[in-house]
Amino acid sequence: MTEPAWPAKPAEVLDCLGQRCPLPVIALARRLPELPVGATLRVLADDPAAATDIPAWCRMRGQHYLGSPEPHSFDVRRA
Amino acid sequence: MVLPLSHLPSPTVADYSTKVVTPLRGSACRRGYRLIVGVSEAYFDAASAAPLHPAARQALAAALDDGWADPARLYSRARRARQLLDAARGATAEVLGVRADELSFTAGGTAAAHAAVLGGLAGRQRVGRRFVHSAIEHSAVLHAAERHVADGGTAHEVGVDRLGRVDLDAFAAAVAADGTALAALISASHEVGTVQPVDAAAAACAEHGVPLYVDAAQSVGRVPLPAGWSALTASAHKWGGPPGVGLLVVRKGTRFLPPGPADERTDRTADLPAVVAAAASLRAAAAEAAALASRHHALVERIRATVPATVPDVEVVGDPERRLPHLVTFSCLYVDGEALLHALDRRGFAVSSGSSCTSSTLTPSHVLVAMGVLSHGNVRVSLHRDTTDAEVDRFLAELPGVVADLRAEAGVVNL
Repeated sequence: MTEPAWPAKPAEVLDCLGQRCPLPVIALARRLPELPVGATLRVLADDPAAATDIPAWCRMRGQHYLGSPEPHSFDVRRA
Repeated sequence: MVLPLSHLPSPTVADYSTKVVTPLRGSACRRGYRLIVGVSEAYFDAASAAPLHPAARQALAAALDDGWADPARLYSRARRARQLLDAARGATAEVLGVRADELSFTAGGTAAAHAAVLGGLAGRQRVGRRFVHSAIEHSAVLHAAERHVADGGTAHEVGVDRLGRVDLDAFAAAVAADGTALAALISASHEVGTVQPVDAAAAACAEHGVPLYVDAAQSVGRVPLPAGWSALTASAHKWGGPPGVGLLVVRKGTRFLPPGPADERTDRTADLPAVVAAAASLRAAAAEAAALASRHHALVERIRATVPATVPDVEVVGDPERRLPHLVTFSCLYVDGEALLHALDRRGFAVSSGSSCTSSTLTPSHVLVAMGVLSHGNVRVSLHRDTTDAEVDRFLAELPGVVADLRAEAGVVNL
């Protein structure tokens, strides 16, 4: 199976704007396992720690961090 | 019973003043007394400020009596003060392995770092205005770099790997560029303990005639210093000296123009009793350093091994091999760093954190960001000479419960 190209429209957007870390990462950890394998979740977060902590969480959890299509926006694909 | 510091009322100057007049009588006196000796906390933040070394306390008391005169004057008492300053300089230079006239005392580590960066850049302005530094320098160095850029210079940042070690090839390439006036590389990360390849970086700098400045605040008095640098700074309260004393070493032959107005008095206006105490404690710390480093190395190894085994979802960060002996950092997934720091404080553990919620700017530590490691739930533990095995074991025994409680409160168990 070939993985869909990125950036593409995500399956779902998780709005964590205004939330302090670690809340965006917690929201991501709650929601991602509920999506089908291969689905992309976009996390909107403007806490300055999110840009570091979302990719770090993906690395620790074996999930695919796809990148940041724009500021305060982070795409994760369920592995 | 001795209370943890977090339970004590705020101290006032009067607490300390009255203690001298009527020792141990009245509640204020007892409070003052207890503040000084009744510390039940396990203090694990030596990387910010180590407790005063007994040698510093002794020298400080003696120098307060003996070294208050202006060392620039010509009467006997002033000459006595001048001799004390010269002796302090000589003893400090000897420990560092430099010449006495290459060393000056500053009003602290931050002032020393500012002077090293701005003085080093100004001294080579004719070559160019480019400043090369690693991404994990102390904020004092980064602030000096910002000033340099605001004044029309340029700064080039070199990244680090996941373990916090500078990219040597990129560093060498950066210093090779035309117009590079100065390069800076911290001796070892103050946040994660990773020792930097300073010798190799210095060789790359030498090849291109670029002076290298080394912020050695976490290394001086603890581990042997690297070689090949042109300027070096340190901070006395990191090795058990008093706060407010910094060291600036500029090797002979280095082009250097001290920032600020020219003043022939330079460090003769330093806090002389504190400088004497800094020198005395550095000599004592250096004599103990090898034995202490080996004890701390083993304690940190115990923390590095135990924490990931007893606390779920923890990332211990920094280089496990090439590291400072006394410092370890880890991050706990889903835990708020500020809440963790306060929970530990209530149990009598003083630690620091690189998490954004614990910083004055609400941004995560630039070191953790540069490494790309988890920044929330971050704890830095750094040990000093009086740290005991029992304190570390108590920390290791209580940490899993503290983290579990915070995760339960936040509803993030089994995520």
